[in-house]
Amino acid sequence: MAVVKLQRPKLGPGEQIYLTALLKGFILTMTHAVKSLLGKSMGAKGLASSGLGVTMQYPEQTWDAHLPEYYRGAPALVTDEQGRERCVSCQLCEFICPPKAIRIVPGEIPSDDPWAKVEKRPVEFDIDMIRCIYCGMCEEVCPEQAIYLRKDYVITGLNRKEMVHDKDKLYQIGGVRTGLVNKWNELK
Amino acid sequence: MILLIILIKIIALTFFVVLPLVPMSVFFERRFSAIIQDRVGPNRVGIPLTLFGFKKDCSILGIGGLVQPIADGIKLFLKEDFTPKHVRKAFYWLAPALTVAPALITACAIPFGTPISLFGYTEKLVIADIDIGPLFIFAVASLTVYGIAIAGWASNSKFPFLGGVRSTAQMISYEIALGLSIIPVLLYFGELNLSSIVQQQAEHGWLLLPLWGHDATHTLASKLLFWFPAAISFLIFTISIFAETNRMPFDLPECETELVGGYHTEYSSMKFALFFMGEYAAMVVGSALIITLFLGGWSLGFGTDSWISELSIGGFGFGGLVHMGIFLAKVVAFILFFILVRWTIPRFRYDQLMKLGWVIFFEAALVNVFLAALIVAAPHLAAAITAIGAVLLIIVTAAIIWVARVSETKPPILRA
Repeated sequence: MAVVKLQRPKLGPGEQIYLTALLKGFILTMTHAVKSLLGKSMGAKGLASSGLGVTMQYPEQTWDAHLPEYYRGAPALVTDEQGRERCVSCQLCEFICPPKAIRIVPGEIPSDDPWAKVEKRPVEFDIDMIRCIYCGMCEEVCPEQAIYLRKDYVITGLNRKEMVHDKDKLYQIGGVRTGLVNKWNELK
Repeated sequence: MILLIILIKIIALTFFVVLPLVPMSVFFERRFSAIIQDRVGPNRVGIPLTLFGFKKDCSILGIGGLVQPIADGIKLFLKEDFTPKHVRKAFYWLAPALTVAPALITACAIPFGTPISLFGYTEKLVIADIDIGPLFIFAVASLTVYGIAIAGWASNSKFPFLGGVRSTAQMISYEIALGLSIIPVLLYFGELNLSSIVQQQAEHGWLLLPLWGHDATHTLASKLLFWFPAAISFLIFTISIFAETNRMPFDLPECETELVGGYHTEYSSMKFALFFMGEYAAMVVGSALIITLFLGGWSLGFGTDSWISELSIGGFGFGGLVHMGIFLAKVVAFILFFILVRWTIPRFRYDQLMKLGWVIFFEAALVNVFLAALIVAAPHLAAAITAIGAVLLIIVTAAIIWVARVSETKPPILRA
């Protein structure tokens, strides 16, 4: 690598005395202070500030309305239009999951069930939210489009057990998702 | 009776005026720095009345976060007070006390206001009205360095040690500029008693704002002429106070990037809090001293002070308390300036700091002393002698600047 000689700028007498630079600095910080008190800081609008600086004050104000389309929050299972669980417990998500947060116990669908030809569904489906890294691999790998990353980000619990989302919880977060996969739907 | 009054004054002024200013300045520090950085800062802590069964928490004056310093204090009290195995115990315990005590002792020479009178007694609002005010303050304030140096040494570990050494060198360097820079002020007032200095400023205009109270001995021209050495003094004195209190741009003794935490690396809990308090108490007293010397202390200015000091209801002359309020307002304003400086100016490099102290401030203060002496003495001297003095001063100044320039070694140019 070639040696680059750094040429320091020549300072005029006003700059050498240093006081003008100090004054400029004070003016800069004070403009920041005044602007942040007036809620006119740079970027305050884009960050939906609370009117003091650029900060959004969390529990009262939340990002919910500002979350982008591609936001990856808690993973959840979804059901289709007819209330069928989409998951066929192929366990691809369990295998792809980098932190091994997903645990699935597959089970057979009894022959008298209207969806008997789907053959399999999960008996248990746990996602350990302490381990989950929100990478979205499960969503990407799922052939049935049964697992999605929703926009929930406030996942709390008082102990480790509460932090494991079981099947009920996952369906509760996920809800119903219409469209896309219709291969089990005889009406179509 | 006198003893009782003194005791009351000590307790009231130190523990109810100066000490509360410490958590207040911490609060201001956090809030103001947050505002400067486009943040919010602590704005939620209130009195937790819900703990006692009330419906709502109470925030004082409707401003959340005012109780934050108390919460901080409680946090520090509840932390484990850990003493590492490798420290020198006695000194390790002594050091925090040695940093706080001098800062609080210096508060005793500062005049907080005009006398208040109650039940026929008239009392000055100053704990010790001594005739060597600034000297006493410098003498005691420079003892703070013992606390820091001892903390650095007693911690028996390398980073605190370096912090302590740095602090000692810094204090010694800036003590000189500090002492020399107020000589013009003392020459002008002919007085070392801080109460009388403030009284003079109240009557004839603040040192940096001499716009009222002109008479034969204090003409407007002479006061405006003295404004220049006063301004130089103010600049040097203020910056030296920054260095003395280890505040930013000069907080090299606790420079996190190089020394972890500096001299208090090994301290925890309340011992650390004492260092913290000592720093802020020094800041409070420092700004009080600057205001007393240069910005008119408790006086409101423009000839209103004699009227204010006469205010009374019944036998209770409360003018002094009004003056105290004015004084404290000025102190708080100056503390805000301290904070503004902290978030504006980046930290100095250590050699730059030493150069600033020894090569620039020391010389500038010295020349300033002669300049002030010439201006003060000029009316009493023949014009020729004054002119000779001025020429000599210019020659000396030029010589000093020349020496400073020549002595500066240029770094060798790096070649590829």
